[in-house]
Amino acid sequence: MSLLEINNLHVKVDDHEILKGIDLRVNPGEVHSIMGPNGSGKSTLAQVLARRESYDVTRGSVLFGGKDLLEMKPEDAACEGIFMAFQYPVEIPGISNAYFLRSALNAIRKYRGEEEVDAMDFLPLLREKAKLLEMDEKLMNRSVNESFSGGEKKRNEILQMAVLEPRLAILDETDSGLDIDALRIVAKGVNAMRSPERAMIVVTHYQRLLNYIVPDFVHVLVGGRIVRSGGPELALELEKQGYAALEVEARKAASLA
Amino acid sequence: MSSNTDILRDFAQQEYKWGFVTDVAEERVPKGLNEETIRLISAKKGEPEFMLDWRLRAFRHWESLEKAQAEPKWANIKYGPIDYQNIVYYSAPKRKPELQNLNEVDPEILRTYEKLGIPLDEQKRLAGVAVDAVFDSVSVATTFKDKLAEAGVIFCSFSEAVREHPDLVKKYLGTVVPYTDNFFAALNAAVFSDGSFVYVPRGVRCPMELSTYFRINAAETGQFERTLIVADEGAYVSYLEGCTAPIRDENQLHAAVVELIALDDAQIKYSTVQNWYPGDREGKGGVYNFVTKRGKCLGRNSKISWTQVETGSAITWKYPSCILQGDHSVGEFYSVALTNNRQQADTGTKMIHIGKDTRSTIVSKGISAGFGQNTYRGGVKILKGASGARNYTQCDSLLIGDKCGAHTFPYIEVKNSTARMEHEASTSKIGEDQLFYLRQRGLKGEDAVSMIVNGFCKRVFRELPMEFAVEAQKLLSVSLEGSVG
Repeated sequence: MSLLEINNLHVKVDDHEILKGIDLRVNPGEVHSIMGPNGSGKSTLAQVLARRESYDVTRGSVLFGGKDLLEMKPEDAACEGIFMAFQYPVEIPGISNAYFLRSALNAIRKYRGEEEVDAMDFLPLLREKAKLLEMDEKLMNRSVNESFSGGEKKRNEILQMAVLEPRLAILDETDSGLDIDALRIVAKGVNAMRSPERAMIVVTHYQRLLNYIVPDFVHVLVGGRIVRSGGPELALELEKQGYAALEVEARKAASLA
Repeated sequence: MSSNTDILRDFAQQEYKWGFVTDVAEERVPKGLNEETIRLISAKKGEPEFMLDWRLRAFRHWESLEKAQAEPKWANIKYGPIDYQNIVYYSAPKRKPELQNLNEVDPEILRTYEKLGIPLDEQKRLAGVAVDAVFDSVSVATTFKDKLAEAGVIFCSFSEAVREHPDLVKKYLGTVVPYTDNFFAALNAAVFSDGSFVYVPRGVRCPMELSTYFRINAAETGQFERTLIVADEGAYVSYLEGCTAPIRDENQLHAAVVELIALDDAQIKYSTVQNWYPGDREGKGGVYNFVTKRGKCLGRNSKISWTQVETGSAITWKYPSCILQGDHSVGEFYSVALTNNRQQADTGTKMIHIGKDTRSTIVSKGISAGFGQNTYRGGVKILKGASGARNYTQCDSLLIGDKCGAHTFPYIEVKNSTARMEHEASTSKIGEDQLFYLRQRGLKGEDAVSMIVNGFCKRVFRELPMEFAVEAQKLLSVSLEGSVG
């Protein structure tokens, strides 16, 4: 049994079908990359897995750890072990990063019947992870993402991932808006989280991130379908050739269907 | 976070948690309002002549207003006519005349307080909070009197103050809110039941925070508290007011008056967490909270701060205000007002700058949910002689859902050209994105709303004494039940 099983997933938004039959199997320890041109449905896939409710699943199924993921509310999916690093992390004024993260950790622990962490015990844990992501401790006392630069926001996402220790981490265009240095730090954090018990789905536009976070599998999403799958070399191929050829192929296939 | 979740789970049973009635034999005065009623109330309290006299003058003034149909109607709230003759104006639990200690208090009453989560016992003593527990119009137990007496602080029921400290009462009563001030102030002056009296002598920093709990129990009993707090030169006092009430079908009128007076270099901090029964989902029942609260910064360098968290009442109508008479005096108003379901609120403050180099700060956070209608009404007045005056106002509204309303009526009247005024306002919705972000991290929907709202209110909660801050956060969570969406 895979950790994540997506079968023939069709997703609609406002009467517009975005995902047209996705099949995917992800096992613990694996890092899968989903690449594709704009509008291909990459973010939609990520959001559906994170259980954003504005998406309409019209067909297909998704099992996470053997359980029906599509039946779960976002918080339940999170407690089951799904984490999404957002492309555009929001700000929550008045709530410190530290308080928020500890609350999230405790919500998950409570769900699992584990003991909660108090503020005193949480601090060293947070400090350790902040160091890994080269984030100033002082940022933890600021409101969530408040006045954070783009790079700080993305690092904060990975910091949260490091604290919450998910079974499946979905990184939604984590590299967008990052300079090389920030990219390096984010990748360091992500790679430090790689483990035989953990799976990752890295959604990205550009091949560059995959130089730092080398995936085990690459899938190319075009027009709502996975048109090609392969190993890390597929990403390099795409970088050379672009998506154009695959887009043409996909359009042909769609018109025949 | 986990305590919030417990509370929300409890509350999901759709019951007003404090909606129970205590079976205590009550002494009642018959329904209706006339001179007889006033005399009866005054007699029951054993008041001196001057007090009865004041009440009667107030009553006659109120009667003239009533006849002239002068009940104010300008607020942004809707309610049916109040039948002033259909109210019982005095109700006290039967008890022995003076109680020396808690053992003598009617055990039923003590149990009531336990249910309300305010056990009058050693734990409270250790926490160092003196409690003057007002129960249905009569102060039941006054703890820590001795400790305060050591410091020279007088903290007792208003009734007791009238008897034991008539000179102080005579000197200050009605100097901030005279009975001619408004319709409800006149009514209160005529029939006030009880409340707190505090006097802090020169140079004394009150050794503990003072608090009072109110409870409206008997059906059709309006609460007409009267509170008077005087901080003499160089004194400091922090006073906490928190109230709850049981479920009733008839609306209950709560027309209180609070007067604060701060002399030279004195400071009064007045905090309120208000949780009167807000009415049911359809807007039936609930307390009408029509209150006149005003502080006079009489002395130079004096300071008065109002901090309020209003989550209850069917209708809230109050403007805790500051008269900045003394030079260099400071007035502050921090408020969180929540309207959910069918609640209505028209609340805010008045800052009147009279002396020189005076300063006022207003931070108002309004939260509307359900079909709630929340109005902020603020008045900042800089009089001609008030040179060097400064005001900072921040008034923010948060809307939850699309059926509620937030309204703002800021009045700014400046008659001195050296004044500096800052006014900021914002209106926002709880964002879908914010909610999803929190939920994706494992937080339940209701906890997510709570967290966002608490963040929104943080600036105000920071001003509350610690224990109140915790209660305030809990209250807010409980009051927002069912508003996720």
